[in-house]
Amino acid sequence: MSRYILSRLGQALLVLWIAFTVSYLLLQALPGDAILIKFQNPELGLGPEQIAALREAYGVDSPLWQQYLHTLGNFLTGQFGYSVVGSVPVAHELLANLPATARLASLGLILATALALAIAFLATLAPFAWLRGALQSIPALFVSIPVFWLGIMLIQIFSFRLKWISVINPGEIEGLILPVITLAVPISAPLAQILLRNIDEASTQGYVAVARAKGASPTWVLWKHVARNALLPTLTIAGILFGELLAGAVITETVFGLNGIGGLTERSVRFQDTSVIQAVVVFSAAAFVLVNLAVDLLYPVFDPRLRKAKGVLA
Amino acid sequence: MTTPLLSVENLSVAYREGDHTARVTHEVSFAIAPGEVVALVGESGSGKTTTAQAVIGLLPENGRIETGAIRLNGEDISRWSGKRLDVIRGRQISLIPQDPTSSLNPVRTVGAQVGEILRIHGERDRSLIEARVIELLGRVGLSDPELRARQYPHELSGGMKQRVLIATAIALKPQLIIADEPTSALDVTVQRRILDLIDELRRENGTAVLLVTHDLGVAADRADRIVVLQGGRIQETGETASLLASPRSPYARRLLADAPSLSARTFRAAPAPGEDAIIVDNLVHEYQSSGREPFRAVDSVSFTVRAGTTHAIVGESGSGKTTTVRDIVGFGRPTAGAIRIAGTDISALKGEALRKFRQTIQLVYQNPFSSLDPRQTVFGIVEEPLINFGERDAAVRAQKVNALLERVGLPEALRKRRPRALSGGQRQRVAIARALILDPKVLVLDEAVSALDVTVQAQILKLLDELQKERGLTYLFVSHDLAVVRQISDTVSVLHNGQQVEAGSVEDVFLRPQSDYTRELIDAIPGKRSHALA
Repeated sequence: MSRYILSRLGQALLVLWIAFTVSYLLLQALPGDAILIKFQNPELGLGPEQIAALREAYGVDSPLWQQYLHTLGNFLTGQFGYSVVGSVPVAHELLANLPATARLASLGLILATALALAIAFLATLAPFAWLRGALQSIPALFVSIPVFWLGIMLIQIFSFRLKWISVINPGEIEGLILPVITLAVPISAPLAQILLRNIDEASTQGYVAVARAKGASPTWVLWKHVARNALLPTLTIAGILFGELLAGAVITETVFGLNGIGGLTERSVRFQDTSVIQAVVVFSAAAFVLVNLAVDLLYPVFDPRLRKAKGVLA
Repeated sequence: MTTPLLSVENLSVAYREGDHTARVTHEVSFAIAPGEVVALVGESGSGKTTTAQAVIGLLPENGRIETGAIRLNGEDISRWSGKRLDVIRGRQISLIPQDPTSSLNPVRTVGAQVGEILRIHGERDRSLIEARVIELLGRVGLSDPELRARQYPHELSGGMKQRVLIATAIALKPQLIIADEPTSALDVTVQRRILDLIDELRRENGTAVLLVTHDLGVAADRADRIVVLQGGRIQETGETASLLASPRSPYARRLLADAPSLSARTFRAAPAPGEDAIIVDNLVHEYQSSGREPFRAVDSVSFTVRAGTTHAIVGESGSGKTTTVRDIVGFGRPTAGAIRIAGTDISALKGEALRKFRQTIQLVYQNPFSSLDPRQTVFGIVEEPLINFGERDAAVRAQKVNALLERVGLPEALRKRRPRALSGGQRQRVAIARALILDPKVLVLDEAVSALDVTVQAQILKLLDELQKERGLTYLFVSHDLAVVRQISDTVSVLHNGQQVEAGSVEDVFLRPQSDYTRELIDAIPGKRSHALA
């Protein structure tokens, strides 16, 4: 088991390194850089020599491989460099924006899971065939809604038409309602689809017929037998959907003008603030890898078949 | 007769498919007295399982009872709501399912699943449930019931799982147990012990049993009365002894004639001397697993098969028969020992030479449903080996394929179809044609008739027999079913835990078995009672 964890950690590090390198190369391939964008403004009145001096100070004039090794070394020692736009260390920017995004993402995930469970279970237990059919088609609808469009529509309806939620200086909780819904809806759809499929599959298993023969009601069978078996494969999808969650957060924060990693990413891309983008990419990759590692390690807890004879988790 | 416990009257069940409904049982009527065992016997599609499902109110969602009544103690339950049926399911009628492996929830402990039936029917006291579960697990013959209760299904063998399911079924001392093919997924010796256990518990509690089975031998041994179903209609009903001794309906007569365990015991004549087509000498196969002792799946197995004869390899799951066969057809590499097929030492073959050698020995697999490519037509499936072995002329290929398909009895209309549109027996004919198209010398039949109904099985066995005579084929027949082996083999090897415990002519092995294990296997063949009666 410990060997398994070690090899998984090794894979995780490899993924991080690849993410770092690819994003580094892509960012370097872009024409121009943040220093040019920031200081070339004629209003600042800087001459070409002064800009060249600044470039040297930031170390952007040395050969690519030197810069790469330098940056990689810095990342390994926890130094993410300086944000050119904000003139503060990148680490500060990240830390300042992390709590807001973490809150948005976790609330979004919770709501998405709740929505998916509600859709799947209602679609299984609903009393009429037409109602079950209607509920089963919800995920297909949800999955095809673009995040930015949903955000704008929600603002249109709930803020401008119904005036339930104010757009200007909303309260802390009030301000989160629409972004969380915007983020959750498209993520709940694939979860609900997988769950529905797995519930269907688990329902045809022999143990379900046996449970019915014991006199169990449909609700009992769903909770005690089908749900847990159907949730197992869904866990993997949930890990992969974490990536969608991060991507969704960028759009949601931009649409609602919120501060957070998403807003930071959008700003950094606009100003080509490479070191911030680089740090955001590595940070997101790390979060994604960690979440999926956690999912893999959690499996044996939920599925006794995966427990090695008296392994660490047994 | 007093009021029957269960009386099924003119029961017709239909399945809705799309816009139309198809009736699958037609006015089925029978009764079960308290404590009686009634067997519903029939082949797939006979409606026996549908009838049993209707009795316990668990028809699939698209199934509907169209006419008739199901009376339990005189009261018609056929129109009851699910809620009302929940009260009697488990308490008055319980179920022993077909496949023990899929019938236990993999993520819950055995104890929780046995205890569940007590909880559903209102028992709240946890310690009482726990004590009763352990008592039940002990009662069905599981060693160390406290440990079993804490284990998960995957930690138990098939036979143990079936015992757990039996413990659940008897927990509330129901009046009727429906046993739906309770042993068809189990090895023969385990099958016998499980049927003995059901018998014993039934007598103890005075429970009636509705035994659903395709195996007339099992019905003959265990039932008081037999109901023979075909195509959803009752063909014959009668006391077991009289039905077996003098079946009145033609279908029952055919079933009886085709059942290998009940047909007359004639052995094949001793083979004439000749060349040896297969020589297996001291075959050893070990599986390596990191950090553990290598596992010896096959341990010094030796036999020779005369050309044009049939050699059977008999054994239960885990006996090493599959490993032996894989080595013989060149899919596996033996750890030690030699295998010669038609004069070629195959352990020396590699790459292209091994590929060419596959012309000599071909395989027919157990499951005709998964061994045929669902996207190819029947013709394409049989033609493919010819293309692989370089027959470029399409007209020659077509002529060979059509001639062979004709020979195995597949009408021309089926040749452009895909396997999905074929019955199990037809699929196995396709598999046989595919194996024979290259004119091999040796055919390995790996449980090739085990998944088929008895009448279809009898037809396939007859076809194999004819093909052997026509083409001088040598068969290696792998089976767990001794009754079939007795019918079609010349010689036999019995494997047990990787060891060869018995080898010789079928007649010697069956009439004068040397090892205890072989004796146990032979005793476990169902249908003994009918021979005693006859």
